[in-house]
Amino acid sequence: MGIIKIKDLIYEYARHDDEGNVESVVRAVDNVNLDVKKGEFIAVLGHNGSGKSTMAKHINAILTPTEGTVWIAGKDTSKAENIWDIRQSSGMVFQNPDNQIIGTVVEEDVGFGPENIGVPTEDIWKRVDDALRAVGMTAYRHHSPNKLSGGQKQRVAIAGVVAMKPQCIVLDEPTAMLDPMGRKEVIATVRELNEKEHVTVILITHYMEEVIGADKVFVMDSGKVVMQGYPREIFSQVEKLKKYRLDVPQVTELAYELKQEGIPLTDGILTIEELVDELCRLKLKI
Amino acid sequence: MIRDITIGQYYPADSVIHKLDPRVKLVGTMVFLVSLFLFQSFSGYIVATVFLGCVIKLSKVPLKFMLKGLKAVFILLLFSVVFNLFLTDGETLIPLVGKLRITKEGLRLAVFMAIRLVYLIVGTSIMTLTTTPNDLTDGLEKGLRPLKKIRVPVHEIAMMMSIALRFIPILLEETDKIMKAQMARGADFESGNFIQRAKNMIPILVPLFISAFRRANDLAMAMEARCYHGGEGRTKMKPLVYKTRDKMAYGTFVVYLLVVIGVNMVGRV
Repeated sequence: MGIIKIKDLIYEYARHDDEGNVESVVRAVDNVNLDVKKGEFIAVLGHNGSGKSTMAKHINAILTPTEGTVWIAGKDTSKAENIWDIRQSSGMVFQNPDNQIIGTVVEEDVGFGPENIGVPTEDIWKRVDDALRAVGMTAYRHHSPNKLSGGQKQRVAIAGVVAMKPQCIVLDEPTAMLDPMGRKEVIATVRELNEKEHVTVILITHYMEEVIGADKVFVMDSGKVVMQGYPREIFSQVEKLKKYRLDVPQVTELAYELKQEGIPLTDGILTIEELVDELCRLKLKI
Repeated sequence: MIRDITIGQYYPADSVIHKLDPRVKLVGTMVFLVSLFLFQSFSGYIVATVFLGCVIKLSKVPLKFMLKGLKAVFILLLFSVVFNLFLTDGETLIPLVGKLRITKEGLRLAVFMAIRLVYLIVGTSIMTLTTTPNDLTDGLEKGLRPLKKIRVPVHEIAMMMSIALRFIPILLEETDKIMKAQMARGADFESGNFIQRAKNMIPILVPLFISAFRRANDLAMAMEARCYHGGEGRTKMKPLVYKTRDKMAYGTFVVYLLVVIGVNMVGRV
Protein backbone atom coordinates (compact mmCIF):
# COMPACT_ATOMS: atom_id res chain seq x y z
CA MET A 1 0.00 0.00 0.00
CA GLY A 2 1.24 3.48 -0.88
CA ILE A 3 1.71 6.34 1.51
CA ILE A 4 -1.68 7.78 0.59
CA LYS A 5 -4.51 5.50 -0.32
CA ILE A 6 -7.96 6.79 -1.04
CA LYS A 7 -10.70 4.27 -1.66
CA ASP A 8 -14.19 5.12 -2.98
CA LEU A 9 -14.09 8.52 -1.29
CA ILE A 10 -17.38 10.39 -1.20
CA TYR A 11 -17.83 13.70 0.58
CA GLU A 12 -21.18 15.40 0.85
CA TYR A 13 -22.24 18.55 2.59
CA ALA A 14 -25.71 19.91 3.14
CA ARG A 15 -26.82 23.34 2.09
CA HIS A 16 -29.16 25.02 4.55
CA ASP A 17 -31.81 27.62 3.86
CA ASP A 18 -32.52 30.55 6.19
CA GLU A 19 -34.51 28.47 8.66
CA GLY A 20 -31.73 25.91 8.95
CA ASN A 21 -33.55 23.20 7.01
CA VAL A 22 -31.56 21.11 4.62
CA GLU A 23 -32.16 22.52 1.17
CA SER A 24 -29.97 20.28 -0.88
CA VAL A 25 -27.05 17.91 -0.49
CA VAL A 26 -23.99 18.70 -2.53
CA ARG A 27 -21.59 15.94 -3.44
CA ALA A 28 -18.21 17.68 -3.54
CA VAL A 29 -16.13 14.54 -4.02
CA ASP A 30 -17.63 11.62 -5.85
CA ASN A 31 -16.09 8.18 -5.78
CA VAL A 32 -12.43 9.06 -5.93
CA ASN A 33 -9.73 6.40 -5.84
CA LEU A 34 -6.12 7.37 -5.48
CA ASP A 35 -2.93 5.53 -4.64
CA VAL A 36 0.25 7.51 -4.14
CA LYS A 37 3.63 5.87 -3.60
CA LYS A 38 6.35 7.27 -1.41
CA GLY A 39 8.48 9.93 -3.10
CA GLU A 40 6.09 10.59 -5.96
CA PHE A 41 5.23 14.04 -7.26
CA ILE A 42 1.52 14.12 -7.96
CA ALA A 43 -0.38 16.97 -9.54
CA VAL A 44 -4.13 17.42 -9.27
CA LEU A 45 -5.75 19.69 -11.82
CA GLY A 46 -9.23 21.08 -12.04
CA HIS A 47 -11.07 24.34 -12.42
CA ASN A 48 -12.81 26.08 -9.51
CA GLY A 49 -15.34 23.93 -7.72
CA SER A 50 -14.08 20.66 -9.14
CA GLY A 51 -13.61 19.20 -5.66
CA LYS A 52 -9.84 19.15 -5.69
CA SER A 53 -9.45 21.20 -2.51
CA THR A 54 -12.07 19.17 -0.69
CA MET A 55 -10.21 16.00 -1.60
CA ALA A 56 -6.93 17.55 -0.42
CA LYS A 57 -8.39 18.36 2.98
CA HIS A 58 -9.11 14.67 3.48
CA ILE A 59 -5.40 13.89 3.25
CA ASN A 60 -4.75 16.07 6.30
CA ALA A 61 -7.82 14.79 8.17
CA ILE A 62 -9.33 18.31 8.22
CA LEU A 63 -12.33 16.65 6.61
CA THR A 64 -13.34 13.05 7.08
CA PRO A 65 -15.10 10.98 4.42
CA THR A 66 -18.88 10.71 4.21
CA GLU A 67 -18.32 7.33 2.59
CA GLY A 68 -15.18 5.42 1.69
CA THR A 69 -11.83 5.42 3.43
CA VAL A 70 -8.60 7.41 3.38
CA TRP A 71 -5.40 5.86 4.71
CA ILE A 72 -2.31 7.98 5.35
CA ALA A 73 0.81 5.88 6.02
CA GLY A 74 -1.52 3.00 6.81
CA LYS A 75 -3.68 4.95 9.26
CA ASP A 76 -7.41 5.50 8.77
CA THR A 77 -8.28 9.22 8.89
CA SER A 78 -11.79 8.65 10.20
CA LYS A 79 -10.48 7.31 13.52
CA ALA A 80 -10.10 10.15 16.03
CA GLU A 81 -7.04 8.64 17.73
CA ASN A 82 -5.03 8.79 14.50
CA ILE A 83 -5.67 12.44 13.78
CA TRP A 84 -2.47 13.99 15.23
CA ASP A 85 -0.25 11.29 13.73
CA ILE A 86 -1.83 11.88 10.35
CA ARG A 87 -1.47 15.64 10.56
CA GLN A 88 2.18 15.21 11.47
CA SER A 89 2.92 12.80 8.64
CA SER A 90 1.05 14.78 5.99
CA GLY A 91 1.57 18.52 6.11
CA MET A 92 -0.59 21.01 4.30
CA VAL A 93 0.18 24.37 2.69
CA PHE A 94 -2.75 26.63 1.87
CA GLN A 95 -3.49 29.27 -0.71
CA ASN A 96 -3.28 32.53 1.22
CA PRO A 97 0.22 33.01 2.63
CA ASP A 98 -0.93 35.64 5.15
CA ASN A 99 -3.56 33.46 6.76
CA GLN A 100 -1.32 30.54 7.62
CA ILE A 101 1.66 32.19 9.25
CA ILE A 102 1.19 32.27 13.01
CA GLY A 103 4.48 33.57 14.36
CA THR A 104 5.55 37.21 14.36
CA VAL A 105 9.12 36.22 13.46
CA VAL A 106 9.97 33.79 10.63
CA GLU A 107 11.86 31.30 12.79
CA GLU A 108 9.14 31.25 15.43
CA ASP A 109 6.56 30.43 12.82
CA VAL A 110 8.63 27.54 11.50
CA GLY A 111 8.96 26.30 15.07
CA PHE A 112 5.20 26.36 15.66
CA GLY A 113 4.52 22.87 14.29
CA PRO A 114 7.31 21.13 16.20
CA GLU A 115 6.21 22.96 19.38
CA ASN A 116 2.73 21.56 18.95
CA ILE A 117 3.86 17.97 18.64
CA GLY A 118 6.03 18.31 21.72
CA VAL A 119 9.54 18.16 20.26
CA PRO A 120 12.25 19.01 22.86
CA THR A 121 13.67 22.54 22.62
CA GLU A 122 17.17 21.75 21.22
CA ASP A 123 15.56 19.52 18.62
CA ILE A 124 13.19 22.28 17.55
CA TRP A 125 16.12 24.58 16.81
CA LYS A 126 17.80 21.92 14.70
CA ARG A 127 14.59 21.25 12.79
CA VAL A 128 14.00 24.96 12.22
CA ASP A 129 17.57 25.39 10.93
CA ASP A 130 17.19 22.43 8.58
CA ALA A 131 13.76 23.48 7.34
CA LEU A 132 14.82 27.07 6.65
CA ARG A 133 17.87 25.82 4.79
CA ALA A 134 15.75 23.42 2.73
CA VAL A 135 13.58 26.28 1.44
CA GLY A 136 16.45 28.78 1.21
CA MET A 137 15.08 31.24 3.76
CA THR A 138 17.85 31.10 6.36
CA ALA A 139 18.85 34.72 5.66
CA TYR A 140 15.37 35.89 6.67
CA ARG A 141 15.00 33.98 9.90
CA HIS A 142 14.80 37.05 12.13
CA HIS A 143 12.49 39.01 9.83
CA SER A 144 8.84 39.75 10.39
CA PRO A 145 6.66 37.77 7.95
CA ASN A 146 4.79 40.98 7.12
CA LYS A 147 7.84 42.34 5.33
CA LEU A 148 8.37 39.34 3.03
CA SER A 149 7.11 38.95 -0.52
CA GLY A 150 4.29 36.51 -1.31
CA GLY A 151 6.67 33.87 -2.64
CA GLN A 152 8.90 34.17 0.41
CA LYS A 153 5.92 33.90 2.76
CA GLN A 154 4.81 30.76 0.99
CA ARG A 155 8.32 29.30 1.34
CA VAL A 156 8.17 30.06 5.06
CA ALA A 157 4.84 28.22 5.21
CA ILE A 158 6.47 25.26 3.45
CA ALA A 159 9.37 25.36 5.92
CA GLY A 160 6.81 25.31 8.73
CA VAL A 161 5.47 22.04 7.36
CA VAL A 162 8.91 20.60 6.59
CA ALA A 163 9.99 21.22 10.21
CA MET A 164 7.41 18.64 11.30
CA LYS A 165 9.25 16.05 9.19
CA PRO A 166 6.21 14.92 7.25
CA GLN A 167 6.24 12.05 4.78
CA CYS A 168 4.09 13.92 2.34
CA ILE A 169 3.11 17.53 1.72
CA VAL A 170 -0.18 18.62 0.23
CA LEU A 171 -0.08 22.04 -1.40
CA ASP A 172 -3.52 23.47 -2.04
CA GLU A 173 -3.07 26.05 -4.83
CA PRO A 174 0.03 27.49 -3.18
CA THR A 175 0.74 29.83 -6.10
CA ALA A 176 -2.76 31.18 -6.81
CA MET A 177 -2.12 34.49 -5.06
CA LEU A 178 1.46 35.01 -6.22
CA ASP A 179 3.09 36.90 -9.06
CA PRO A 180 4.98 34.91 -11.74
CA MET A 181 8.32 35.31 -9.93
CA GLY A 182 6.90 34.09 -6.65
CA ARG A 183 5.24 31.20 -8.44
CA LYS A 184 8.55 30.05 -9.90
CA GLU A 185 10.25 30.36 -6.52
CA VAL A 186 7.65 28.22 -4.78
CA ILE A 187 7.49 25.52 -7.44
CA ALA A 188 11.29 25.28 -7.57
CA THR A 189 11.33 24.86 -3.77
CA VAL A 190 8.70 22.14 -3.87
CA ARG A 191 10.50 20.31 -6.65
CA GLU A 192 13.78 20.45 -4.74
CA LEU A 193 12.13 19.05 -1.62
CA ASN A 194 10.76 16.21 -3.66
CA GLU A 195 14.08 15.41 -5.32
CA LYS A 196 16.50 15.96 -2.43
CA GLU A 197 14.48 15.02 0.64
CA HIS A 198 12.24 12.51 -1.16
CA VAL A 199 9.10 14.04 0.30
CA THR A 200 5.94 12.91 -1.41
CA VAL A 201 4.26 15.95 -2.96
CA ILE A 202 0.65 16.46 -3.92
CA LEU A 203 0.35 19.72 -5.79
CA ILE A 204 -3.11 21.08 -6.41
CA THR A 205 -3.19 23.78 -9.01
CA HIS A 206 -4.77 25.14 -12.11
CA TYR A 207 -1.55 26.37 -13.67
CA MET A 208 -0.54 23.86 -16.32
CA GLU A 209 3.11 24.92 -16.39
CA GLU A 210 3.56 23.71 -12.83
CA VAL A 211 2.39 20.23 -13.71
CA ILE A 212 4.90 19.41 -16.44
CA GLY A 213 7.51 17.90 -14.12
CA ALA A 214 5.05 15.79 -12.15
CA ASP A 215 5.24 11.99 -12.06
CA LYS A 216 1.51 11.64 -12.43
CA VAL A 217 -1.37 13.99 -13.16
CA PHE A 218 -4.98 13.67 -12.06
CA VAL A 219 -7.69 15.83 -13.58
CA MET A 220 -10.82 16.40 -11.56
CA ASP A 221 -14.18 17.69 -12.68
CA SER A 222 -17.38 17.96 -10.61
CA GLY A 223 -15.96 15.77 -7.86
CA LYS A 224 -14.74 12.93 -10.06
CA VAL A 225 -11.31 12.01 -11.31
CA VAL A 226 -11.85 12.21 -15.06
CA MET A 227 -8.34 11.77 -16.41
CA GLN A 228 -5.14 10.34 -15.01
CA GLY A 229 -1.72 9.50 -16.35
CA TYR A 230 1.70 10.90 -17.16
CA PRO A 231 1.81 14.63 -18.01
CA ARG A 232 2.62 13.79 -21.63
CA GLU A 233 -0.40 11.54 -21.95
CA ILE A 234 -2.70 14.09 -20.38
CA PHE A 235 -1.47 17.03 -22.42
CA SER A 236 -1.74 15.19 -25.69
CA GLN A 237 -5.52 15.23 -25.24
CA VAL A 238 -5.98 18.95 -25.82
CA GLU A 239 -9.65 18.68 -26.85
CA LYS A 240 -10.61 16.75 -23.75
CA LEU A 241 -8.79 19.16 -21.41
CA LYS A 242 -10.59 22.09 -22.97
CA LYS A 243 -13.87 20.35 -22.29
CA TYR A 244 -12.97 20.42 -18.58
CA ARG A 245 -12.23 24.13 -18.87
CA LEU A 246 -8.48 23.69 -18.49
CA ASP A 247 -5.79 25.30 -20.58
CA VAL A 248 -2.80 23.41 -21.87
CA PRO A 249 0.66 25.04 -21.75
CA GLN A 250 1.17 27.55 -24.56
CA VAL A 251 3.78 25.42 -26.37
CA THR A 252 1.54 22.39 -26.29
CA GLU A 253 -1.31 24.46 -27.64
CA LEU A 254 0.87 25.78 -30.46
CA ALA A 255 2.02 22.27 -31.34
CA TYR A 256 -1.58 21.11 -31.30
CA GLU A 257 -2.71 23.90 -33.62
CA LEU A 258 0.21 23.22 -35.98
CA LYS A 259 -0.76 19.59 -36.08
CA GLN A 260 -4.33 20.50 -36.88
CA GLU A 261 -2.94 22.43 -39.85
CA GLY A 262 -1.32 19.26 -41.12
CA ILE A 263 2.23 19.48 -39.79
CA PRO A 264 3.23 15.99 -38.61
CA LEU A 265 4.33 16.66 -35.03
CA THR A 266 4.30 14.09 -32.24
CA ASP A 267 1.67 14.31 -29.52
CA GLY A 268 2.20 15.85 -26.08
CA ILE A 269 4.95 18.39 -26.59
CA LEU A 270 5.54 20.06 -23.24
CA THR A 271 8.52 22.39 -23.50
CA ILE A 272 9.80 24.98 -25.94
CA GLU A 273 12.98 22.91 -26.48
CA GLU A 274 10.97 19.87 -27.52
CA LEU A 275 9.02 21.85 -30.07
CA VAL A 276 12.19 23.42 -31.47
CA ASP A 277 13.84 19.99 -31.81
CA GLU A 278 10.78 18.58 -33.45
CA LEU A 279 10.51 21.44 -35.94
CA CYS A 280 14.24 21.22 -36.79
CA ARG A 281 13.87 17.52 -37.41
CA LEU A 282 11.02 18.20 -39.81
CA LYS A 283 13.02 20.88 -41.58
CA LEU A 284 15.89 18.44 -42.14
CA LYS A 285 13.52 15.94 -43.72
CA ILE A 286 12.23 18.38 -46.32
CA MET B 1 4.36 52.64 4.81
CA ILE B 2 1.60 51.30 6.97
CA ARG B 3 3.46 47.97 7.11
CA ASP B 4 6.36 49.42 9.00
CA ILE B 5 4.46 50.64 12.02
CA THR B 6 5.65 49.21 15.30
CA ILE B 7 3.12 47.87 17.72
CA GLY B 8 3.57 49.12 21.25
CA GLN B 9 6.50 51.40 21.83
CA TYR B 10 9.49 49.10 21.85
CA TYR B 11 12.79 50.97 21.60
CA PRO B 12 15.48 48.62 20.31
CA ALA B 13 18.80 48.92 22.12
CA ASP B 14 21.39 46.58 23.52
CA SER B 15 21.20 46.95 27.29
CA VAL B 16 21.01 44.86 30.43
CA ILE B 17 17.41 45.89 30.94
CA HIS B 18 16.49 44.77 27.41
CA LYS B 19 18.04 41.37 28.01
CA LEU B 20 16.26 40.70 31.29
CA ASP B 21 13.63 37.99 31.39
CA PRO B 22 10.19 39.58 30.77
CA ARG B 23 8.91 38.03 34.01
CA VAL B 24 11.59 39.90 35.94
CA LYS B 25 10.53 43.15 34.34
CA LEU B 26 6.87 42.49 35.12
CA VAL B 27 7.63 41.75 38.76
CA GLY B 28 10.02 44.69 38.96
CA THR B 29 7.41 47.08 37.65
CA MET B 30 4.89 45.78 40.17
CA VAL B 31 7.39 46.19 43.02
CA PHE B 32 8.16 49.72 41.94
CA LEU B 33 4.49 50.66 41.68
CA VAL B 34 3.73 49.28 45.12
CA SER B 35 6.73 51.05 46.62
CA LEU B 36 5.48 54.39 45.27
CA PHE B 37 2.38 54.12 47.42
CA LEU B 38 4.25 53.02 50.53
CA PHE B 39 6.11 56.28 50.92
CA GLN B 40 4.99 58.81 53.48
CA SER B 41 8.04 61.05 53.45
CA PHE B 42 10.30 62.87 51.06
CA SER B 43 13.30 60.73 51.96
CA GLY B 44 11.43 57.76 50.45
CA TYR B 45 11.10 59.57 47.17
CA ILE B 46 14.81 60.19 47.07
CA VAL B 47 15.33 56.42 47.17
CA ALA B 48 12.77 55.91 44.37
CA THR B 49 14.37 58.65 42.29
CA VAL B 50 17.82 57.12 42.62
CA PHE B 51 16.47 53.66 41.73
CA LEU B 52 14.52 54.96 38.74
CA GLY B 53 17.48 57.05 37.59
CA CYS B 54 19.80 54.02 37.65
CA VAL B 55 17.32 51.87 35.69
CA ILE B 56 16.83 54.58 33.06
CA LYS B 57 20.59 54.97 32.69
CA LEU B 58 21.03 51.19 32.34
CA SER B 59 18.23 50.85 29.79
CA LYS B 60 19.97 53.19 27.30
CA VAL B 61 16.58 54.56 26.25
CA PRO B 62 16.58 58.36 25.82
CA LEU B 63 14.64 60.13 28.56
CA LYS B 64 12.58 61.86 25.87
CA PHE B 65 10.81 58.56 25.08
CA MET B 66 9.95 57.96 28.72
CA LEU B 67 8.39 61.37 29.10
CA LYS B 68 6.28 60.92 25.97
CA GLY B 69 3.84 58.82 27.96
CA LEU B 70 3.22 61.74 30.31
CA LYS B 71 1.39 63.70 27.62
CA ALA B 72 -1.55 61.32 27.81
CA VAL B 73 -2.04 61.80 31.54
CA PHE B 74 -1.26 65.49 31.68
CA ILE B 75 -4.89 66.51 32.28
CA LEU B 76 -5.32 63.88 34.96
CA LEU B 77 -2.13 65.07 36.60
CA LEU B 78 -3.31 68.68 36.52
CA PHE B 79 -6.67 67.77 38.06
CA SER B 80 -5.28 65.77 40.92
CA VAL B 81 -2.70 68.43 41.75
CA VAL B 82 -5.26 71.25 41.70
CA PHE B 83 -7.81 69.38 43.80
CA ASN B 84 -5.27 68.28 46.35
CA LEU B 85 -3.76 71.72 46.52
CA PHE B 86 -6.93 73.68 47.14
CA LEU B 87 -9.31 71.28 48.82
CA THR B 88 -7.30 69.70 51.60
CA ASP B 89 -8.09 70.65 55.18
CA GLY B 90 -5.32 71.72 57.51
CA GLU B 91 -3.07 74.54 58.53
CA THR B 92 -3.58 77.51 56.18
CA LEU B 93 -0.51 78.57 54.29
CA ILE B 94 -1.87 81.03 51.76
CA PRO B 95 -5.52 82.10 52.13
CA LEU B 96 -7.42 82.68 48.87
CA VAL B 97 -10.96 83.85 48.09
CA GLY B 98 -13.75 82.31 50.18
CA LYS B 99 -13.11 78.76 51.33
CA LEU B 100 -10.30 78.28 48.84
CA ARG B 101 -6.91 78.23 50.46
CA ILE B 102 -3.64 76.44 50.15
CA THR B 103 -2.80 74.40 53.21
CA LYS B 104 0.44 72.85 54.30
CA GLU B 105 -1.07 69.37 54.01
CA GLY B 106 -2.54 70.23 50.63
CA LEU B 107 0.80 71.30 49.24
CA ARG B 108 2.40 68.14 50.54
CA LEU B 109 -0.29 65.89 49.09
CA ALA B 110 -0.25 67.68 45.74
CA VAL B 111 3.49 67.27 45.38
CA PHE B 112 3.33 63.61 46.44
CA MET B 113 0.54 62.90 44.00
CA ALA B 114 2.38 64.57 41.15
CA ILE B 115 5.57 62.62 41.83
CA ARG B 116 3.63 59.37 42.17
CA LEU B 117 1.82 59.77 38.87
CA VAL B 118 4.93 60.80 36.95
CA TYR B 119 6.96 57.90 38.36
CA LEU B 120 4.10 55.50 37.72
CA ILE B 121 4.05 56.38 34.03
CA VAL B 122 7.82 56.46 33.64
CA GLY B 123 8.19 53.18 35.54
CA THR B 124 5.74 51.31 33.36
CA SER B 125 7.06 52.81 30.14
CA ILE B 126 10.52 51.46 30.97
CA MET B 127 8.97 48.00 30.78
CA THR B 128 7.11 48.58 27.51
CA LEU B 129 10.05 50.39 25.94
CA THR B 130 12.52 47.59 26.64
CA THR B 131 10.35 44.53 26.02
CA THR B 132 8.91 43.42 22.67
CA PRO B 133 5.17 42.68 22.79
CA ASN B 134 6.03 39.06 22.02
CA ASP B 135 8.33 38.70 25.00
CA LEU B 136 5.70 40.36 27.13
CA THR B 137 3.05 37.81 26.12
CA ASP B 138 5.52 34.99 26.73
CA GLY B 139 6.31 36.44 30.12
CA LEU B 140 2.64 36.77 30.97
CA GLU B 141 1.93 33.21 29.90
CA LYS B 142 4.65 31.74 32.06
CA GLY B 143 4.29 34.22 34.90
CA LEU B 144 0.56 33.66 35.22
CA ARG B 145 0.76 29.88 34.94
CA PRO B 146 -0.29 29.38 38.58
CA LEU B 147 -3.66 30.90 37.64
CA LYS B 148 -4.30 27.78 35.55
CA LYS B 149 -5.22 26.00 38.76
CA ILE B 150 -8.26 28.24 39.14
CA ARG B 151 -9.14 27.55 35.49
CA VAL B 152 -7.92 30.76 33.92
CA PRO B 153 -7.07 29.85 30.29
CA VAL B 154 -3.60 31.41 30.47
CA HIS B 155 -2.17 29.74 27.37
CA GLU B 156 -5.19 30.61 25.26
CA ILE B 157 -5.11 34.25 26.33
CA ALA B 158 -1.42 34.52 25.49
CA MET B 159 -1.96 32.81 22.13
CA MET B 160 -4.80 35.21 21.31
CA MET B 161 -2.64 38.18 22.21
CA SER B 162 0.23 37.08 20.02
CA ILE B 163 -2.05 36.31 17.06
CA ALA B 164 -3.70 39.71 17.48
CA LEU B 165 -0.27 41.32 17.41
CA ARG B 166 0.59 39.51 14.21
CA PHE B 167 -2.64 40.51 12.49
CA ILE B 168 -2.82 44.18 13.46
CA PRO B 169 -0.56 45.32 10.60
CA ILE B 170 -2.37 43.05 8.13
CA LEU B 171 -5.79 44.36 9.12
CA LEU B 172 -4.55 47.95 9.06
CA GLU B 173 -3.34 47.46 5.54
CA GLU B 174 -6.66 45.93 4.61
CA THR B 175 -8.54 48.88 6.12
CA ASP B 176 -6.43 51.15 3.99
CA LYS B 177 -7.24 49.11 0.89
CA ILE B 178 -11.00 49.05 1.59
CA MET B 179 -11.00 52.76 2.31
CA LYS B 180 -9.36 53.49 -1.02
CA ALA B 181 -11.75 51.14 -2.81
CA GLN B 182 -14.77 52.87 -1.25
CA MET B 183 -13.34 56.29 -1.99
CA ALA B 184 -12.95 55.26 -5.61
CA ARG B 185 -16.66 54.50 -5.56
CA GLY B 186 -17.41 57.97 -4.25
CA ALA B 187 -17.55 57.41 -0.50
CA ASP B 188 -16.85 60.48 1.59
CA PHE B 189 -15.01 60.09 4.90
CA GLU B 190 -14.03 63.67 5.55
CA SER B 191 -17.11 65.92 5.62
CA GLY B 192 -20.08 66.07 7.99
CA ASN B 193 -20.33 66.18 11.77
CA PHE B 194 -19.18 63.49 14.14
CA ILE B 195 -22.27 61.26 13.83
CA GLN B 196 -22.33 61.65 10.07
CA ARG B 197 -18.70 60.63 9.87
CA ALA B 198 -19.21 57.65 12.13
CA LYS B 199 -22.06 56.54 9.89
CA ASN B 200 -19.82 56.86 6.86
CA MET B 201 -17.46 54.34 8.39
CA ILE B 202 -19.99 51.51 8.01
CA PRO B 203 -18.98 50.70 4.41
CA ILE B 204 -15.46 50.15 5.73
CA LEU B 205 -16.34 48.15 8.81
CA VAL B 206 -18.63 45.63 7.14
CA PRO B 207 -16.13 44.34 4.55
CA LEU B 208 -13.35 44.54 7.14
CA PHE B 209 -15.25 42.33 9.56
CA ILE B 210 -16.18 39.84 6.88
CA SER B 211 -12.59 39.52 5.79
CA ALA B 212 -11.37 39.28 9.38
CA PHE B 213 -13.72 36.37 10.04
CA ARG B 214 -12.61 34.69 6.85
CA ARG B 215 -8.99 35.11 7.87
CA ALA B 216 -9.73 33.74 11.33
CA ASN B 217 -11.34 30.70 9.76
CA ASP B 218 -8.36 30.10 7.46
CA LEU B 219 -5.91 30.60 10.28
CA ALA B 220 -7.72 28.17 12.56
CA MET B 221 -7.58 25.54 9.82
CA ALA B 222 -3.88 26.20 9.18
CA MET B 223 -3.16 25.91 12.90
CA GLU B 224 -5.04 22.65 13.19
CA ALA B 225 -3.28 21.32 10.10
CA ARG B 226 -0.04 21.96 11.97
CA CYS B 227 -1.23 19.88 14.92
CA TYR B 228 -2.22 22.75 17.21
CA HIS B 229 -4.37 21.41 20.01
CA GLY B 230 -4.05 23.88 22.84
CA GLY B 231 -1.31 24.26 25.40
CA GLU B 232 -1.42 20.64 26.50
CA GLY B 233 1.79 18.75 25.74
CA ARG B 234 3.31 21.69 23.93
CA THR B 235 7.02 22.43 24.06
CA LYS B 236 8.63 25.83 23.60
CA MET B 237 11.16 26.83 20.98
CA LYS B 238 12.34 29.71 23.11
CA PRO B 239 11.59 28.73 26.70
CA LEU B 240 12.04 31.39 29.37
CA VAL B 241 14.88 30.38 31.66
CA TYR B 242 16.21 32.56 34.47
CA LYS B 243 19.86 33.54 34.00
CA THR B 244 22.28 34.95 36.57
CA ARG B 245 21.39 38.52 35.68
CA ASP B 246 17.71 37.77 36.26
CA LYS B 247 18.45 36.41 39.72
CA MET B 248 20.58 39.46 40.43
CA ALA B 249 17.69 41.67 39.35
CA TYR B 250 15.38 39.88 41.77
CA GLY B 251 17.99 40.44 44.48
CA THR B 252 18.05 44.14 43.64
CA PHE B 253 14.26 44.31 44.01
CA VAL B 254 14.42 42.73 47.46
CA VAL B 255 17.14 45.17 48.53
CA TYR B 256 15.13 48.07 47.11
CA LEU B 257 12.01 47.00 48.95
CA LEU B 258 13.93 46.62 52.22
CA VAL B 259 15.45 50.08 51.82
CA VAL B 260 12.01 51.52 51.08
CA ILE B 261 10.52 49.94 54.18
CA GLY B 262 13.52 50.99 56.27
CA VAL B 263 13.34 54.58 55.11
CA ASN B 264 9.64 54.62 55.81
CA MET B 265 10.14 53.41 59.40
CA VAL B 266 12.86 55.97 60.03
CA GLY B 267 10.84 58.72 58.41
CA ARG B 268 7.87 58.05 60.66
CA VAL B 269 9.78 58.05 63.88
